[in-house]
Amino acid sequence: MGAVRCAVVGVGQTHHTSCRADVSIAGLVREAADRALADAGMTMDDIDAVVIGKAPDMLEGVMMPELWLAEALAAAGKPVFRVHTAGSVGGSTAIVAAQHVMSGVHKRVLAVAFEKQSDGNAMWALSVPVPFSMPVHAGAGGYFAPHVRAYIRRSEAPGYIGAMVAVKDRTNACANPYAHLHEPDWTLEAAMESPMLWDPIRFVETCPSSDGAAALVIAAEDVADALPGPKAWIRATSMRSEPTMFAGRNQVSPQAGKDCSAELWRKAGITDPLREVDVAEIYVPFSWFEPMWLENLGFAERNEGWRLVEDGVTDLRGGSLPINPSGGVLSSNPIGASGMIRFGEAAMQVMGNAGDHQVDGARTAVGHAYGGGSQFFAMWVVGAEKP
Amino acid sequence: MRDVAVVASAHSAVSATTDTPIELLIPVINEALANAGLERREVDFWCHGSCDYLVGQPFSFVSAVDALGAWPPIVESHVEMDGAWALYEAWIKIQTGEADTALVFGNGKSSVADMFRVMALQLDPYVEAPLGTDQIALAGLQARMALDAGVITERDMAEVAARSRRDALANPVALVSGEVSVDDLLAADKVRDPLRAHDIPAMGDGVTAVVIAAGDRARSLASRPAWIRAIDHRIDAQRIGGRDLIGVPSAVAAAERCGVGGDRIDVAEIHAPFTHEELLVGRALGIDAATTRINPSGGALVSNVLMAAGLARIARAAETVLDGTADRVIGHATQGPCLQQNLVCVMEGA
Repeated sequence: MGAVRCAVVGVGQTHHTSCRADVSIAGLVREAADRALADAGMTMDDIDAVVIGKAPDMLEGVMMPELWLAEALAAAGKPVFRVHTAGSVGGSTAIVAAQHVMSGVHKRVLAVAFEKQSDGNAMWALSVPVPFSMPVHAGAGGYFAPHVRAYIRRSEAPGYIGAMVAVKDRTNACANPYAHLHEPDWTLEAAMESPMLWDPIRFVETCPSSDGAAALVIAAEDVADALPGPKAWIRATSMRSEPTMFAGRNQVSPQAGKDCSAELWRKAGITDPLREVDVAEIYVPFSWFEPMWLENLGFAERNEGWRLVEDGVTDLRGGSLPINPSGGVLSSNPIGASGMIRFGEAAMQVMGNAGDHQVDGARTAVGHAYGGGSQFFAMWVVGAEKP
Repeated sequence: MRDVAVVASAHSAVSATTDTPIELLIPVINEALANAGLERREVDFWCHGSCDYLVGQPFSFVSAVDALGAWPPIVESHVEMDGAWALYEAWIKIQTGEADTALVFGNGKSSVADMFRVMALQLDPYVEAPLGTDQIALAGLQARMALDAGVITERDMAEVAARSRRDALANPVALVSGEVSVDDLLAADKVRDPLRAHDIPAMGDGVTAVVIAAGDRARSLASRPAWIRAIDHRIDAQRIGGRDLIGVPSAVAAAERCGVGGDRIDVAEIHAPFTHEELLVGRALGIDAATTRINPSGGALVSNVLMAAGLARIARAAETVLDGTADRVIGHATQGPCLQQNLVCVMEGA
């Protein structure tokens, strides 16, 4: 049997910022959900099931918060399902929600993801010393800096590539009213002077800590066909996992990411991703991950990803494959929601709803998320046309 | 819908161990695969249920991938829920046609902290959690309401405990078992009025792993697969003072969606860490204790491995089909304070 065709018919997100002191966690989540429902022309009465994702519960200090949030989402009496796959969770949550529809079990599913970093201390929560485990006492930047260093060494990329990505994403974010950081004045020269945080990662090359939430309404083909608005048809989804560490593991371009994207292209019928994909929202919490993931995803050959950056291929204006026109994770990072924002922004592009950061004529878009020690991957391809 | 069945399972539980979660996982996953006659590389999809708060560590599930032999990389997902919901996700995945086989598992280590206090961190963080109630106090409030409403009696609760401990004699991973008289149980002091020690679960460290498969694949892996005829889960609003604690509406709704009211049920494994919960869920599901064998494994009361105990109920119910002693069974799982969220899985041998 084949899976039921489905589409994203509504996308919503909050304004992301350092501290949403004006809302509780429940209010934050509800804000994104309400916007996605309004975008779809639906209310919670229309929704069959809710799939919620977020990164570690310790970031806010509420254990399995979806239990408490069910009431705020008006989901009492419905199925509520909670996904947690580390940093990739926002993407995984969208995929699990889509599978609830693809399976034929439900017709209309609401996917929600969030993080309210200001309610806790992510750096502390990510650095808990645990017996028998490798300590990572400097948060994610300290963990990933060696991967970036290894990439620069082996690809012989010029040192300014990371700064180029940072300037691009921070500039793109100025066209996105929901982005956390609106910093229009960055130049390459200024970026190269930005303080070094985790050598070789500079301050400007690092994502912020954000409060924020995102939501998607995913509907089965017959429901989507009856709706008047634009849709983002889900052409393919893919997930892969591998262990955090073992001898010989390629941490710069993990096999799980390669396998995941290879399956994604195969399922979507895409043979030349660089030519056939119009825009991609990929998970870049540190700017150097843009060229790294361009290679891992198959948009560029090994050690050649940085050339796409240098040649302006990934620019919003004039590039043939704009990457992160929303400003990306580098401009807004509500951790658990960041993957879903990528998936939702990809949908907005093919729906023609991306406003000032719309890529002209976008028909095929990719959403990408990764998590853990670059070991969990979640991806989808959405298109303006029904597959 | 595709026909999907439970084909094999395995369990472990001890009161306390210094083994790491990975060391606990490996033998149980191996045993479940061996029971199914399945190689690791033949598992199309893996799904895990666990909870960071039990371990006291963010991303605690990440290291569990090491127990799966995830090289080359695997298709895998994780739910911050009881393993029963990992089984639900795997069932969904198989329905999409993207997988034919799945291994699902849930694991928890209860010995590392006072889990009754930890579990109360599931409450509304602004209004209810700061009150400092623990899980036993919440269960006591629910039991008191049911007692005062005349829905259950303290003797009913003690009978659940006596029956569970007796059945546990045949369960090698039960943490408490024995022949006890109801009168002796009722003679004991109350721990937290109206709860006595026998009303409160024996907490364990351990794992449950289950293999499910579709159609002919299931038939090739088990001589009598436990076919999942219906599976559904629902949630109630959490606020303790704002919901029907006696009627458990989300369990009623899930049972209705599964068509439980129809044919006879031979066995019901009800996920009820507290004695009164078994009675309330039994009412909600419409189980007739005269014709349905309830919790022949002894249930979560005698072996409460957090995040695995719900999946274990589905597995234990399925095992009675797999071994030919039952034809139509129910596995039930719950999570959240006072039976907030409920999953019902109906399985049949033919």
